[in-house]
Amino acid sequence: MESQPLTAGADRPAPDARALFMAFLGIAISGFGGVLPFARRMLVEERAWLSADEFNETLSLCQSLPGPNIVNLSIATGSRFAGAKGAVAAVSGLVLAPMCIVIAMGALYSRFGGVERLQGAVTALGAAAAGLVVATAAKMAQPLISRRPLSAAPFILLAFAAVGVMRFPLPWVLLSLGPLSIAIVWAIAARTRP
Amino acid sequence: MKPLWNTLTTLLVQFSLLSLMAFGGANAVIPEIHRQSVEVNHWMSDKDFAALFAIAQAAPGPNFLISTLVGWKAAGVPGALVATAAMCAPSCLLTYWAVRAWDRYRETRWRTAVAAGLAPVTVGLIASSAYLLVRAADHGWRLGVITAATAGVAYFTRFNPLWCLAVAGGLGALGLVG
Repeated sequence: MESQPLTAGADRPAPDARALFMAFLGIAISGFGGVLPFARRMLVEERAWLSADEFNETLSLCQSLPGPNIVNLSIATGSRFAGAKGAVAAVSGLVLAPMCIVIAMGALYSRFGGVERLQGAVTALGAAAAGLVVATAAKMAQPLISRRPLSAAPFILLAFAAVGVMRFPLPWVLLSLGPLSIAIVWAIAARTRP
Repeated sequence: MKPLWNTLTTLLVQFSLLSLMAFGGANAVIPEIHRQSVEVNHWMSDKDFAALFAIAQAAPGPNFLISTLVGWKAAGVPGALVATAAMCAPSCLLTYWAVRAWDRYRETRWRTAVAAGLAPVTVGLIASSAYLLVRAADHGWRLGVITAATAGVAYFTRFNPLWCLAVAGGLGALGLVG
């Protein structure tokens, strides 16, 4: 009652807390190596709780807030359909099962980490996983640099130098570079605005 | 009991702060998680961190589960629960509030400026994650080749990068890359 359900049409009934829990549980355990594509498929294509535009709009809000994006998405979706109860149901569905699985995997690794084959597999997996993050960084940097070479590239380099190379604590880096970068974007926008 | 309690408090405080600093998702705070858990608190070695990150990537579910594993390594199952909850709760509350206020703020100029201004900082942070993870993971040229090949496949093709993880794991299990 506190939230306006997004779904206006009778063909798309608003899911309750239980349905939200089950849907996000399904998203969580089918998503290997990042769950966002699975979230889209479940919410937009399978259950049709959100239209493609609604999904994009919700996701863009979630990406502009701090925190894991998919967790934010579960909160946003859950609360829009079923209030606070829905938000708790959705985030629980998303987090609980993977958390147990990952703890079990960690425990197995520490128990059998001495086994040479497992050690080798995890070491190689770590190298591949690092490569995935390299690609993510490159994919994100490329459009940003080509669109805003002067206002974006220096901040990419500064953040990398401060955190990656100098190992400065993150809060200070965010509090100094963040406002400065935002102010520059703001100033450029103000100058081009009629 | 006292040391456990202290560790849990540290986990709670640190991951709550990280939750609110994680613009651009969990990958942006990997360097800070690494700094806290390896350099400041000495919960694990560089190599352990690389292994935990690999496990978190190989497990199903969201990729912020690295925080669960760091908590587990630092203080067992209680640590895992505390770290996971702390990584989620603050940003969840913020999101819950923001969704309610969404209609008021949806097209404001400052929201656009904040998002556009934070974007390059986020990219720099994720590049830092990449740099740290490569340094922690790669010992020897064979592992370097795996990193480069995975990065290349993920960047230049639409091939599901999970196959790279599977192939790498297989090669590693056979003892071909160590």
